[in-house]
Amino acid sequence: MSGAFPSPYGGPSPYATPVPVLRLGDVLLVTLPGDLHDGTAEQLQQDISDTVARSGATGVVIDLSGVEIVDSFLGRVLGDIAAQTSLLAARTVVAGMRPAVAITLVELGLTLPGLRTALTTEDAMRLLGDQGPTLPRPGDSRQERV
Amino acid sequence: MPEQDTAAHRRTPAQEVADFLRGRQEQIAQRWADAALFRTVFTHSRDEAVEAGRAVVDALAAVAGADTVEDAESGGFHIVRDQLARTAAARARAGASITDISREVDALRPPVTELLLAEFPDAPAEHVRECATTLTVLMGTLRLVVLETALSEGEDVIHRQRLQLLEVATPVIKLWEGIVAVPLIGTLDSARSQVVMETLLDSIVEQHARFAILDITGVPTVDSLVAQHLMKTVAAARLMGAECIVSGIRPAIAQTIVHLGIDLSSVLTRASLADALAYALGQQGADIVAREGAGSEHR
Repeated sequence: MSGAFPSPYGGPSPYATPVPVLRLGDVLLVTLPGDLHDGTAEQLQQDISDTVARSGATGVVIDLSGVEIVDSFLGRVLGDIAAQTSLLAARTVVAGMRPAVAITLVELGLTLPGLRTALTTEDAMRLLGDQGPTLPRPGDSRQERV
Repeated sequence: MPEQDTAAHRRTPAQEVADFLRGRQEQIAQRWADAALFRTVFTHSRDEAVEAGRAVVDALAAVAGADTVEDAESGGFHIVRDQLARTAAARARAGASITDISREVDALRPPVTELLLAEFPDAPAEHVRECATTLTVLMGTLRLVVLETALSEGEDVIHRQRLQLLEVATPVIKLWEGIVAVPLIGTLDSARSQVVMETLLDSIVEQHARFAILDITGVPTVDSLVAQHLMKTVAAARLMGAECIVSGIRPAIAQTIVHLGIDLSSVLTRASLADALAYALGQQGADIVAREGAGSEHR
């Protein structure tokens, strides 16, 4: 990602437009673009926590279906967003991650254990709408394992 | 060829041999057609065998003419490489070992040597010996080329079969709406588990599966590497929003895993594929119950 190198203009890249954070009721929806610059990602991290704090949203859905390339930085940002929002009493769900992206993250050793995931944004909304106890994730039924 | 005889002493033995091969091409090809290598491959017609023999003699003459009798990479061999590969492959299919093929190629030498000796009845003994040595070296190089092609043919077969094995060995089965399973059979190495991971993740997207079951009943041994591959697959599936269940861990394997100190606590496990399916169905709110009067409930 180009943001990893100092920009010749000394500031954030002039091409980096901020990622919009959409509000749908109690849930914030963020669709990541395919070419996310590191600077934009950091900006997004701030925007999300600001918006959650201001609006009192209870859930954040990050749609990754358009992202084809991921690096360790973006992986860390995702983990950080989840940690921040959970401090603000909102749950983060990452939706629509592509197989290649999932494999890359695993190979990088970023299994993002605290992060909730869903196949599509629709599933993610359903997951967040389910206000009861969180769905059992791997690890909840450990007593029965071999 | 009296003119050639007089000119002979100013030429290298290799060029001499090249001239001899060109001159006697037909005779050599005829004799080779009766040799085991050509006879067993070209069973349909003798003419074909003679034709193949002529091509090989031509190639040998080209190699000798270029003075590169010891070079198996020599340009002259390129023309016949395909044909030699086919010949060697045909012999290999017929059950001949590399040693057999080598012996058969070697058997092509005596008839040519005979003809060569007959070619120079009254040349000086030293000159004849030089030509014979050159011819022997040339035939040795031919043998090398044949064996090389035969071996590379074998490698191609192995490579093709390995690819086929990769395709065949990783079917992803849709068990239920939103539930897919991969029955793993045989030893898992890095290449295979990579394919398993990719096909499983692709099918999760395709089938919109919330649950993926990895059944390792058919995996004979699990070492730390295999366990690591399993955990990677499970983690990747989770990142995509699907839950991965590992089923079919046999008692011996469970013991091995514990002995090796591998921590599979992040992986959801079930004893059998049926249990895993029942769990996945239960999570989706579905249940399997027996109809009235039918067999016992299976959960």
